Amino acid sequence: MNTGAPRARRGAIVLSGLILTGAVFMLCLCVGSVPIAFRDTLDVLRGALTGAAREDYIGVILLRRRLPRVLCAGLIGASLSLSGAVMQGLLRNSLADGSTLGVSSGASLGAAVAIVTGFSATVGELSGTTLMAILFAALSLAGVLGLAYALDKSLSTQTIILLGVVYGMLVSALLTLLITFSGEKLRTITFWTLGSLASVTWGSVGLLTGAFIVFSAVLLPHAQALDLFALGESRAAHLGVSVRRTKVVCMAAVCALCGVCVSVGGGIGFVGLVTPHMARLVVGPSHKRLLPACLVGGANFLMLCDLAARTLFSPRELPIGVITSIIGAAVFIALYAKRGRHDAEA
Amino acid sequence: MRRLEARDLSVRRGGKRLLRGVSFSLNAGDWLAVVGPNGAGKSTLMKALAGEWAYTGALALDDRPLGALKPRERARLLGLMDQGGFSQFSFTVEEVVRMGRYPYRQGFLHGGDPDEEQAVEQALEDTGMAAMRHRSVLTLSGGEQQRCALAQALCHQPEVLMLDEPANHLDLSYQKELYAITDRWRQRPGRAVITVLHDLSAARRFATHALVLREGAPLAFAAAKEALSDSNLRAAWDMDVAEWMREMGKSWDEEELG
Repeated sequence: MNTGAPRARRGAIVLSGLILTGAVFMLCLCVGSVPIAFRDTLDVLRGALTGAAREDYIGVILLRRRLPRVLCAGLIGASLSLSGAVMQGLLRNSLADGSTLGVSSGASLGAAVAIVTGFSATVGELSGTTLMAILFAALSLAGVLGLAYALDKSLSTQTIILLGVVYGMLVSALLTLLITFSGEKLRTITFWTLGSLASVTWGSVGLLTGAFIVFSAVLLPHAQALDLFALGESRAAHLGVSVRRTKVVCMAAVCALCGVCVSVGGGIGFVGLVTPHMARLVVGPSHKRLLPACLVGGANFLMLCDLAARTLFSPRELPIGVITSIIGAAVFIALYAKRGRHDAEA
Repeated sequence: MRRLEARDLSVRRGGKRLLRGVSFSLNAGDWLAVVGPNGAGKSTLMKALAGEWAYTGALALDDRPLGALKPRERARLLGLMDQGGFSQFSFTVEEVVRMGRYPYRQGFLHGGDPDEEQAVEQALEDTGMAAMRHRSVLTLSGGEQQRCALAQALCHQPEVLMLDEPANHLDLSYQKELYAITDRWRQRPGRAVITVLHDLSAARRFATHALVLREGAPLAFAAAKEALSDSNLRAAWDMDVAEWMREMGKSWDEEELG
């Protein structure tokens, strides 16, 4: 579990992570309201890759509906978990995640505005709701970071958390106000704020993939600096970390990434908070292993939760946030109980 | 390093002047003890030297102004071990000690630090932490945490090693070891040491130079024995420090007589 672990063991962990992801991915494609045989699924995927897409109903279900949905679940899970791990490390707070700064709530508000006003402009395959959510996320990011910087040039952890909480309260007040006047659209808004991947398209996949590549390329190289943040900001500074620059860059990347995730899948809670804790119990606190572990863990976790959301009470869809919270809480308690026993024996 | 020069350093934070007009210089092989009563500005001075807090005045190492350096370059030259414990994530002792090599790593794939393993082993050995290397830092006692922080500072290997009250929480045998390690450190070529010390006997015994502070202002900077003279100490603490020290020392003589 430490840096002295033999190379072979590390290789085995990476390999088993990849195999697990592949298996979960295939499982989520095969299972659904219309079960599809493994062999057919492989055939459709092979056909799509070689340009000979199958036009029968199995091909349509897989390529138009299920594949983009599973990909979105994986990408959102990986993004939210990575964001959560980075924020927890940055703020040295185990209750932090990508939504701590309130930008995700801002995105939710944007989506609600689009739903209430019936805003329906589209760009490519991106819906009006998604576009409005992205716009509000960007405005929130600029507003919160700008205000934090104006109030406290050192961007202290307290200022950031406080500002995030205050901004989140303001936004949820506005959201409630909107809901009050929303009439029959209440159900849509409520469903959306709990998160759902029911209406994702290939456009969503493209948007998420782009955001994921750009922002994880920004975040992952900060792994070592994040380790030093655990010593406290002063010690990190004494060892040569540019504390304020690291904070601004990482928080901006996290907020942008989470803003995009919320604009596609709604407010999916708990993933960003709990996956880093689960990953930390498996690979230890060092961010060089924790961040990749969060990508794998988060992707698998959310793919499975989405599978449960669409199959448990089929044809009725559950909000995915309900599933993530229930499963997450149970897994979390089990892992902690196990660790508690382990510590007691040690 | 050959020479560290601080001229007219002042620190102002939140509208309060914490330090004003401090000047001193340090050559390779020197050990500077910074002493003074509570609130004298000792830790403030250390934070300014470490680049954590902004200062006015001139600070130069071998005639290079330190303000112009990038954080990692600066961290290779001056390293500070400060007071305080570890946070909530359960890194192992070895992982925390290894973090001391951060300034030497190039990029995030961290190749290019051939000295890392040796530095880590030596630091763990010197501080008696080798047997605890796989322990979580959250399970350490106060003294063990202090030794872990010291191991990180030794592993860091800055040219000027700064220790803020390094003897805190340490039991006597490790205090003795700490002073021995630090003394060996300063005698290696191109190295120097700055420590904040409450133990004035240790300051007189080990430091080559001393800086006496009071309420943010310098009272004296000179060779250790000279700066820590009876009159300077009396002025800093408003009490006859030397007389008190002698009286404390006497208790051991009486023990022997009895």
